Amino acid sequence: MATGRAPIVEMKNIEKHFGSVIALNGVTVEVYPGECHCLLGDNGAGKSTFIKTMSGVHKPTRGEIFFEGKPMQFDDPRDAIAAGIATVYQDLAMIPLMSVSRNFFMGNEPLRRIGPIRLFDHDHANRVTMEEMKKMGINLRGPDQAVGTLSGGERQTVAIARAVHFGAKVLILDEPTSALGVRQTANVLATVDKVRKKGIAVVFITHNVRHAMAVGDRFTVLNRGTTLGTAQRGQITPEELQDMMAGGQELVALEGSLGGTV
Amino acid sequence: MSDTATGDERVKEMSGFRKALIRPELGGIVGTVAVFTFFLLFAADSGMFNAQGIMNWSTVSAQFMIIAVGACMLMIAGEFDLSVGSMIGFAGMSIAIFSVTLGWPVWMAILTTFALCISIGALNGYIVIKTGLPSFIVTLAALFILRGFTIFFPQTIERRTIIGGIDDAAEGDWLAPIFGGEIGQPIFVWLADLGLIDVFERGNRAGEPVIDGIPMLIVWAIALVIFGHIVLTRTRFGNWIFAAGGDAQAARYVGVPVNRVKILMFMFTAFCATVFATCQVMEFGSAGADRGVLKEFEAIIAVVIGGALLTGGYGSVVGAALGALIFGVVQQGLFFAGVESSLFRVFLGVILLFAVILNTYIRRIITGER
Repeated sequence: MATGRAPIVEMKNIEKHFGSVIALNGVTVEVYPGECHCLLGDNGAGKSTFIKTMSGVHKPTRGEIFFEGKPMQFDDPRDAIAAGIATVYQDLAMIPLMSVSRNFFMGNEPLRRIGPIRLFDHDHANRVTMEEMKKMGINLRGPDQAVGTLSGGERQTVAIARAVHFGAKVLILDEPTSALGVRQTANVLATVDKVRKKGIAVVFITHNVRHAMAVGDRFTVLNRGTTLGTAQRGQITPEELQDMMAGGQELVALEGSLGGTV
Repeated sequence: MSDTATGDERVKEMSGFRKALIRPELGGIVGTVAVFTFFLLFAADSGMFNAQGIMNWSTVSAQFMIIAVGACMLMIAGEFDLSVGSMIGFAGMSIAIFSVTLGWPVWMAILTTFALCISIGALNGYIVIKTGLPSFIVTLAALFILRGFTIFFPQTIERRTIIGGIDDAAEGDWLAPIFGGEIGQPIFVWLADLGLIDVFERGNRAGEPVIDGIPMLIVWAIALVIFGHIVLTRTRFGNWIFAAGGDAQAARYVGVPVNRVKILMFMFTAFCATVFATCQVMEFGSAGADRGVLKEFEAIIAVVIGGALLTGGYGSVVGAALGALIFGVVQQGLFFAGVESSLFRVFLGVILLFAVILNTYIRRIITGER
C-alpha cells in the first residue's frame, strides 16, 4: 500500500519530557496517504502524548516533524487543523445538546449575506449534513436531530465525516472504538475503511489488537515511550502484537491461564 | 422524512403536530396560556385587560424581558451573572452622579455609564475565564462590590442614598428620550377618537387618551428580544454561544473562540442591565441605592421558565421573553384580581416548578439526555 509514495507525515526521533518524566523517548513513525496506520500500546505507553504532538497540542522536546516533506512547527491545534491534520477525540468529538447540523459545521459555519448582515446558512448546512450522513450510512430523522440521540458509534462517524468534509489529509482517531459495542465498532471500522480509500491517511489509536488487525495496513507498537518497530500487514500475527504491547512474556503465561481471552 | 421509512426501524416517525410541540419554548408557551386563561377567568372585569391595564403589565413584563435576554444568552454560553441587580443600581447611580452631582450633560452621563458598566461586565468575564472559577462565585463577589459602591458614593458625596433631579437635567437632551420617552402618541389619540380607548374625563388632561404612548422601555425589550433571537439562531456567533456552553473543550478543538464568546456575553448582560437602569432612571427622574435588588434571580427564573438549561448549551431567547411575560402578568394580575400580594411568590414558585418539570421532560425528548 505504502510503497513508492512519499509519507505525508514523518515524525523523527520525537522526545517529549514533562518535567522529570520522559513520556516519549525517541519515537519515529511515518504515515502514508491512503493507509491506516495503527498505533498500539497499553495504557501509559505514550500513545496519547504522541498523537497530541502530531496534532499540535504538545510541542516535542526534541525531534522533527515533516508534513508533506517540509519541516513543520505546530504552535497550537489550529495550525495543525489548517494544515490538514484533524483529530477526533473519543468523548470530545460532539456536543450532545446541539443538532447534528450545528455540530457538523461548528467552527466552520457557512454564511449567506443579506445586505451587510451575514447569517448562518441553515439550508446549506442542513442539506450538506444530510448528504454526508447518508454517505456514511447514518439515517437521521432530520438535520435538526440532537447529537445526544445518536449512539456512540454514530457520533464518532459524524465526527469523522466532519473532519473529512473540511479537508483533512491526515485523520487521527483517538481510541474511537474503546467505548463501543460490537456492532457500533464494526460501523466505525467500516467508516475508517471508506476514509482510507479516499486517499486520506488514518492514524488509528487503539489497544485492541483485533480492531487494529481488522483495518490496519501497518502497525506501530509503543511501549514505555519507545517504539518497538513498525510492521506491515501480513508480517505479524495478532499474538505477536499482543506480546509486544504487553512488553514481555508475562502476558503469554497469563493468557494461557485465562484461556486466550485477553 | 420520507427516507426514514427505509432507515433505522428504531427511529420512530414523529407526527408533524408532535414535532411542532417539541420545542424549547413549550414550557413558556404553556405557562403563558395558563396564566392568561387564569386571569381572563378571574380578573377579566378588573380592568386588567383594558388599555391601561395592558399597558401596566406590558411595562412590567418588558422590564423583566430586558434583563432576561442578557441572562438567557449568558446562560446558554454556560455562565451566570448574579451581579445584574447590583449593576442596575450601580448604573442608575452612576448616571445620577455624573449628570446631577457633576453637572455633565445627560447624554454624556449615559454613554459614560454604558462604557463603565460594559467594562465591568468584561472584567467579570475575564476573571471567570482566567481563574477558571465558577461564574457563580465571581459574580456573587461583584454583586456585593457593586452594591457597596452604589451606597458608598452617594452617601459620601451627597449624604443621601437617593439622588433626584435627573428629569430636570434631562430636559432637552437628545439621548434621554431614547430611554425615557414614548412613541406612537398620535396612534393613541386616533384610537381615543375612535372610542377604542378611554380618555380622561376630568382634570387638566381631560380629553386626552389615558395612554400617552408606548414607553421606550417596551421598545427596547422587543428590540432586544428580536436581536437576541436572531443572533442566537441565525448567526455563526449564535452557534458559538451554544457550543461554548454545550462543551467548551469540544468547541475549542474545532476552533471556536470560547473565551471571546463568554466575555462578550458577560458584556452583553451588563449592557442589558444598563439599558434597564437607564430607562428606570429616566422614568422616575431619580436613582436609588436599593434599585435592582433581587433582579438577577428574577432574570434567571424567567430564563429557566423559558426552557434554558442551567448548565448551559441549551435555551431560547423567545422562551426567556415568555418567562418574563409570565412573571409580569402574574405580578400585576394578582394585584388586579385583588389577591393578597404575598401570594405572588407562591404563585410564581408553583409556575416555576411546573415549567421546569415540563421543560426537562421536553429537553430529554429533544436531546436524548438520560
